[in-house]
Amino acid sequence: MSEFEVKRKDIDDISVLNLKGYLDAHTASEFESALEDLVCEDRVKIIVNLSDLVYISSAGLGVFMGFIEDIRKKNGDIKMAEPSKKVMRVFELLGFQVLYQIFDSEQEAIEKYDTSNN
Amino acid sequence: MIDKVKNYQLKIPSNTENLEIIRNFVSEIARKVGFKNDDIHKIELAVDEACTNVIQHAYKEKGDLPIDIAVKLDYKKFSVIITDRGEGFKFEDINIPDMEEYLAELKVGGLGIYLMKTLMDEVDYKKSDGKNQVKMVKYFLDKKKKNKK
Repeated sequence: MSEFEVKRKDIDDISVLNLKGYLDAHTASEFESALEDLVCEDRVKIIVNLSDLVYISSAGLGVFMGFIEDIRKKNGDIKMAEPSKKVMRVFELLGFQVLYQIFDSEQEAIEKYDTSNN
Repeated sequence: MIDKVKNYQLKIPSNTENLEIIRNFVSEIARKVGFKNDDIHKIELAVDEACTNVIQHAYKEKGDLPIDIAVKLDYKKFSVIITDRGEGFKFEDINIPDMEEYLAELKVGGLGIYLMKTLMDEVDYKKSDGKNQVKMVKYFLDKKKKNKK
């Protein structure tokens, strides 16, 4: 079966979700649940670390899109960090870099939250 | 490059858990015929998107109805034909001309078809005899996209 895993760590009021493996229509619900949990807990300063994400399809991209509006209304955000070249190409095909802040490192994403409201 | 026509076929239940098998099927054939990693990824993602559409829309996630994935190779191109017997949809009506505007409206659906059309050199859809067929082509040589619909 498609290997996919979401690991969460909380750093003060920021939550980092590490995605590992293949994010497709079969595994998207797992990512969705992780984001749902965060929103329910009102933890809306979110970083998605993509360094271990091997593959993403539109189902995975749709999960981001399904949450971003609500999260930004709550003055939160979803920032992305460390995408592989393969994943970044998919983002660029759809122009995701216009909609989301994408960082080369998780630390830069954390610092962005620390230095701004969003 | 190949010197004669080759056909490969996979018939598989329409369940998202099988997307991995489908991707492996097309990507391994693509690798064997000499596509580079970039093109292999484009092919596997386009096929994933097409099959996800079948599972979620044509078959309305009823599970276990069959999808046929055929890969046909000739000297100039790699063709994937995905056939199902579910509900068709107006493929030709789905067009996303402006991604910025689309994303600004935070729309979700339709990204898969946009990806298919962007990743592959040709994408065609037809419905006949109760079957829906999506055909996607990637040329071996880096040609300009022709007759892209």
